Amino acid sequence: MIRLDGVALSLGGTAVLEDVSLSVERGEFVALIGPNGAGKTSLLRTINGILEPDAGAVDLDGDRVADLSSKAVSRRVATVPQDTHVGFSFTAEQLVEMGRTPHRSRLDWRDDEGTVEAAMERTETLGLRERSVDSLSGGERQRVLLARALAQEPDALLLDEPTSSLDINHQVQVLGLVADLVREGRAALAAIHDLDLAARFCDRLLLLSDGRIRARGPPEQVLADESLADAFGTETAVSRNHVTGTPRVAALEERPEHSGTVHVVGGGAGGAAAVRALWRAGYEVTVGPVSGGDVAASVATNLGQQTVTVPAFEGPDRRERERVRELARAADALVVAGPGETPAGAAAIGDEETRIRAHLGETGPRAARGDGGETARVESEAELLAAVRDALPD
Amino acid sequence: MRIVVRTALWSGALFAALVGTVLASTMVGSVNLDPWTVTRAVLNTLAYPSGVGMESGQVGVEGRAIQVPVPDVSYTRPFALDVGQTEQTIVQKIRLPRIVLGAVVGFALGTAGAVMQGFFRNPMADPSIIGVSSGAAVGAVATIAFPVTMPFGLQTAAFVGAVLAAFGVYFVASENGRTPVATLLLAGLAVQTFLGALVSYLLLQAGEGLEEAILWLMGNLRYSTWGHVEATLPLSVLLFAVLLAYARDLNVMLLGEEDALALGIEVERTKRLLLAATALITAAAVAVAGIIGFVGLIIPHVMRLVVGPDHRILIPTSALAGATFLVLADTVARAGTAMPVGIVTAAVGAPFFLFLLRRREVHAL
Repeated sequence: MIRLDGVALSLGGTAVLEDVSLSVERGEFVALIGPNGAGKTSLLRTINGILEPDAGAVDLDGDRVADLSSKAVSRRVATVPQDTHVGFSFTAEQLVEMGRTPHRSRLDWRDDEGTVEAAMERTETLGLRERSVDSLSGGERQRVLLARALAQEPDALLLDEPTSSLDINHQVQVLGLVADLVREGRAALAAIHDLDLAARFCDRLLLLSDGRIRARGPPEQVLADESLADAFGTETAVSRNHVTGTPRVAALEERPEHSGTVHVVGGGAGGAAAVRALWRAGYEVTVGPVSGGDVAASVATNLGQQTVTVPAFEGPDRRERERVRELARAADALVVAGPGETPAGAAAIGDEETRIRAHLGETGPRAARGDGGETARVESEAELLAAVRDALPD
Repeated sequence: MRIVVRTALWSGALFAALVGTVLASTMVGSVNLDPWTVTRAVLNTLAYPSGVGMESGQVGVEGRAIQVPVPDVSYTRPFALDVGQTEQTIVQKIRLPRIVLGAVVGFALGTAGAVMQGFFRNPMADPSIIGVSSGAAVGAVATIAFPVTMPFGLQTAAFVGAVLAAFGVYFVASENGRTPVATLLLAGLAVQTFLGALVSYLLLQAGEGLEEAILWLMGNLRYSTWGHVEATLPLSVLLFAVLLAYARDLNVMLLGEEDALALGIEVERTKRLLLAATALITAAAVAVAGIIGFVGLIIPHVMRLVVGPDHRILIPTSALAGATFLVLADTVARAGTAMPVGIVTAAVGAPFFLFLLRRREVHAL
């Protein structure tokens, strides 16, 4: 349906797109992700014919966009703009009716009531039909604009940040609707800021950065790609949203450069809190032994830290014990995290290390019986970090 | 309600109001006439063109005359009702030319104002914004200061000046086939200022023509003839039809050029056409009536409050309301005070505009 081949574009002497090739077929919902200024909007504009590329070809079903009239293009491709300010107050229905423009002759004033109404029904905007567009909330206006795009009866939808002005409920609603429309046999290409939403609703992601496509493929693959961190200039952690089952990306704040490794024993919320606090403070963190599926384990894994997991309800076996001991020895400090009793794994470590007993978060009974060998007990992040600092070799 | 029906109903009502206003205005003057006499006399005046021939006219500068062919239209009058000779003359020769010309000028200015406000997406725009009025002023005042003998010499010069100014503004504001609306607005302002200076200079040189020039600049229907109507009416109706045909495109252009492009409008071509047609229809009005302010600004404003922003209904209602308003204003000018009509429209229009501003309805546009 949509095919770009080696497209290059420069605006005002600055290269905006370089050698961009992509295709979006019917039945596919593709997200264009990338940092601000990556060229996402410009890319969409080359497809709907507003910008003409300096090199390369943009085809719609095999026809060059440059050879098609503006009217012909807009019968095939509908664009949902980021936000439209309408100077004079048209009603929502009048705005949707404008979607019929490419199908009507200039002198044909009849209303396509059926198509308009169907489009509004589809986007649940029928209740807004008499309202002035200016009086609508961002979410309502976005849905009305989507209705306008539907009234165009296009084969492909281009959406520029369709969710940027929406609350989470409407974000999900709008993208879900687009996904439904795609399933009916349309193609959709959307520039989406929110990586989690892109991963959740789209079949494929295209990562655009500095005018080039840096990664493409199914969401899991693109989000895990190293180029993602490069493109956004920040470290990212990919985990899985347990509710939707789709990947989820967190951009991580810059962390100070500390030289030091801390080993954390003990899982659960307390262990996870300790891992997070230490990682954020710039330490390498190793964890173990914790049972697989433990929240502390998944935090550490998502942050790319070494973790020794053992099957749930079982103690560590010899090999795991060895590995933990190795990590603990290599670490500059040892933190035993968790409520109440000393975690079972603590025994695995031996007793030659400085131990900090950390009781973070609100879980479990307030600590703690001594377990021998500990040099400090802490109950907050700040205390933990201070104790770790003290324990570090100068 | 469907737009076609709404447009037809509103236009019908406003057309009836216009006819009523024209009849009422015809009754008023130094001699007041009764409604029946006026109605009969007006019906007697009605005519439709039934043939076109050629006759020769004279064009000359400083005594030298050249014979040129001029089209001569013959008319058929369908009515011959019984009206006194004097009354028929008053209605047909004195009052109606001025009233009908006022209606045509108001029609043209209302149309142009509605289009310009949509084009610039700005409710403060009016037909003179692209330099048309200033250009017309230069042409008109120049012919008053340096007379030429030519049928409708002043009007022709004003028309040519108006069109040249508009196209000048357009070319200054265009680059690489694109004409950004903001640039057009600024170029229009600059050209207006420059031409204003030129008009001031010409006024200093006008000598005995000064009063005539000032009356023209104030907007004046005093010297109206059927000849003016014959030149202005067909042009205005034709251009109105063209602009109305682009009403849908104008609606979509209100969303911004990018949206308009995405909806299949050839934006630059449409802009050129709209500008050319608006410049011509405004020039046609200004050439015969001088600079009449506020009609093109206020009338589309008011109509937008009443019928909404859809140009398919806004353009015809603005045109008809503009015609009615100018006939009313000129009746005041003619019968009450003998002032130029431009003074009346501005004196009535400005306070009304302030009233709208206070009611904050202008902000809602």
